[in-house]
Amino acid sequence: MTVRTAELVVAIVTVLISLAIMWKSTELSIGWVPRKGPGSGAWPFWLATGMLLASIATLVRWFLKATPESRSDEVYISRTAVYVVGISVAALLFLLIATHFVGIYISLVLFLFFYLRFVGRHGWVTTLSLTIGVPVFIFCLFEWALTIPLPKALSEPLFYPIYDLIY
Amino acid sequence: MDSILIALGGGLLEAFQPLNLTMIFIGCVVGLFIGAMPGLGSVNGVAILLPITFLVPPNAAIMFLAAIYYGAMYGGAISSITLGIPGASTAVATVFDGRPLATAGKADQALTAAAIASFIGGTVSVILFTLFAPPLAEFALKFGPAEEFALMVLAFATFIGLGGDDIPKTIFSILIGLVLATIGLDIISGRPRLIFFDITGFMHGVNFLVLAIGIYGIGEMLWTLEQTEGNVIVHNVRMTWRSFLRNLRQIKFYFKATILGSVLGYFVGTLPAAGATPASLMSYGLAKTFSKDPDSFGKGNIAGVAAPESANNAASTGSMLPMITLGIPGSPTTAILLGGMIIWGLRPGPLLFTEHPDFVWGLIGSLYVANFFTVLINLAFIPLFVRVLTMPFTILAPIIFVLCVVGGFAPTQTMHDVWLMLLFGVAGYLLRKLNYPVAPAVLAIVLGPLAEQSFRQSMLSSHGDFMFFFQRPISATCIALAAALVLYPVLRSLRKPVKAEA
Repeated sequence: MTVRTAELVVAIVTVLISLAIMWKSTELSIGWVPRKGPGSGAWPFWLATGMLLASIATLVRWFLKATPESRSDEVYISRTAVYVVGISVAALLFLLIATHFVGIYISLVLFLFFYLRFVGRHGWVTTLSLTIGVPVFIFCLFEWALTIPLPKALSEPLFYPIYDLIY
Repeated sequence: MDSILIALGGGLLEAFQPLNLTMIFIGCVVGLFIGAMPGLGSVNGVAILLPITFLVPPNAAIMFLAAIYYGAMYGGAISSITLGIPGASTAVATVFDGRPLATAGKADQALTAAAIASFIGGTVSVILFTLFAPPLAEFALKFGPAEEFALMVLAFATFIGLGGDDIPKTIFSILIGLVLATIGLDIISGRPRLIFFDITGFMHGVNFLVLAIGIYGIGEMLWTLEQTEGNVIVHNVRMTWRSFLRNLRQIKFYFKATILGSVLGYFVGTLPAAGATPASLMSYGLAKTFSKDPDSFGKGNIAGVAAPESANNAASTGSMLPMITLGIPGSPTTAILLGGMIIWGLRPGPLLFTEHPDFVWGLIGSLYVANFFTVLINLAFIPLFVRVLTMPFTILAPIIFVLCVVGGFAPTQTMHDVWLMLLFGVAGYLLRKLNYPVAPAVLAIVLGPLAEQSFRQSMLSSHGDFMFFFQRPISATCIALAAALVLYPVLRSLRKPVKAEA
C-alpha cells in the first residue's frame, strides 16, 4: 500500500469515526436544557462535528494533492518494517490474550522469552536473566510495594505460598 | 521579593528531605538514560513511569518526574553527539555541530559544552521561573470559567498556528483528544455518555494515561523499531581530568550564545505547541546569526552545540510555568505531569500556590537541586552512558512493552484499559506515519474535562450567549489571539497557493 492510498483510507476511517461519535452523542440531549445549560451530548456532538469537518478537509486536500502524503508513492510500511512491527504487535496481542487465561506473570515469561530469543536473537544468558528478572521485578514492584494485584487468572493458586510470605 | 526567597528556602528544604532527595537523584539518572536512548524522550519516560510513582507521596512523585524531564534534556545530547542521531527530538539541533565535532575526535569537548550549556540554561530558566510564577498565579486567581475556557482555546490554537503540522490533521488530533475525555459519566448530569457497544469498561472513562502510554510507549517503540533497523556507529569518548579542565575553559566561546539560548528557550517553552524542539532550533539559528563566523556552524562549532542545549533545558522549565500557574501544560510532558496531579488529588491552577505551597515550592526547589545533580552525574558518567547506548534495541523494547502493559493496568486495574492502550498505540503509530501530530491529542485528553466544565458553566451563566467570551477583557484577548493564530497560517497558505506542486 502506498502512502497516498493509506492517507485516503485513514481519512475515510476518521470520517466514519466522527459520524459514529455524532450519532452516539445524540442519545443524550444535544440542545439547550432549560436551567441546566447545554445538554450532556452537546459538547461531544459539536466536537465530533469538528472532527468530521477536519476529516473532510483532509479528503478534499487529498483529491487536490495538497498534502505531501497524497503525492507520495512510497510504500506506507516497508516489508522489513512490517516484519519487525508486525511481530511486535502480534507478540503484544498474544501477551494480552494469554493474560486473560494464564495470568500476566506466565504470559510475561513467554513474551520475553520469545522476543529476546527469537526476535532479538540474544544469547541464553541475556534471554534467561531478563525472562526471569523482569517478571520478578514487576511482582516486587506492583504486588509488594504498590499493592496493586495484577491479573493472575488460572495461575492464581501458584501464588498462594508467596502471598503467605509477603502479606 | 522577600516572600519569594522565604518560600524558595522552604522549597529547597523540602527538596532536601531524604526521600525527596533520593527520588530526585534516581529521576536524574533515569532521565539521563531515557534522554540518551534514541527513541525515548522525556515524554515517553514520564508517561511510562508515572504509574510507578503511586508508590511515593505526590511531592516526591512530582520531583521524581520533573527530574526525569530535566535529565532527559541533558541526556538527549549524548546520543546526538556520539551516535549522530538525536536521543530525543529536542536534541535534533545538537546533531548539526555535535556530529562534526565527534567525527573530528572532539566528542569530549562537545559533551562537556552540552552539559555546561544545559546547566546554564537550567539555572537561568529556573530563576526566571521563580520570579515569574508567583505574580502570574496571583493574576490568574481572578480567572472565572470564561477565562479558563478562553485560555484553553488559546492553548489549542497555538498548535494550529505554531505547530507547523498539517492543519486539518492537527484539528482532528485536538478534537479526538477532547472527545475521548468525554467518554464515561458526564460530570454535570451524572449520566453515562458515549458507552460504545455497551462495554462497561467505558463507564469509568478513558484515563489519560491509557492514551499517553499507548502513544508514547507502545506507539513510540513501534516507530523506533522501524527506524533503527540499521546499525549505529558510536564514537569513542576519552575523558581525563586534564582534558576536562581544558574543555571547561572553552566556555568563553559559547557563553553569550548560551545565555541568549536560555532566555529564548524559556519563553518559547511556555507556549503549549512550541516547547523544547523549536526552541533549540531557534536558538541554534540565533547563535549562527549573531556569530562572528557563521560559516563554521554545521562544521563543528562548539557554540552550535551549546546554544540548542541551553535552549531545550530552559524550555523544559518554561513549559512548567503555565502548568503550575494556569493549569495549562506547556508541553506534552507537562500535560502528563498535569494529569498526574489530578490523579494525586490536586487541582492544578493558580490556587495551587495558596492551597499547596509545599508542593509547588518543593517542585521549584527540586528543579534547582536536579539541575545541579544532573550536571554532576552527566559529567562523571559520560563514558558509562555511551556504553549503554550500544545496547541493542531489541533488549530495551520488550522491557518497555512490559512496563507499558503493567503501567496501563495500574491506574484503573482493568484489562479493558490495557486493550485500549494497545489500540491507541497501534493507531498512534499508523497515524504518525501519515503526519498526524499526536501531542495535541494527549494535551486535549488531559484538559478535556476542565474545558468542558468551564464551557458549560460559562454557557449557563450567560444563558447560552456566546458573546459572553468577548465581553470579558481577558477572555476576549485570549479568543482574539487564538483566532489570529488560526487565521494566520490559513491566510498565508491562500496567498501563495501550493507551490510544492512544481
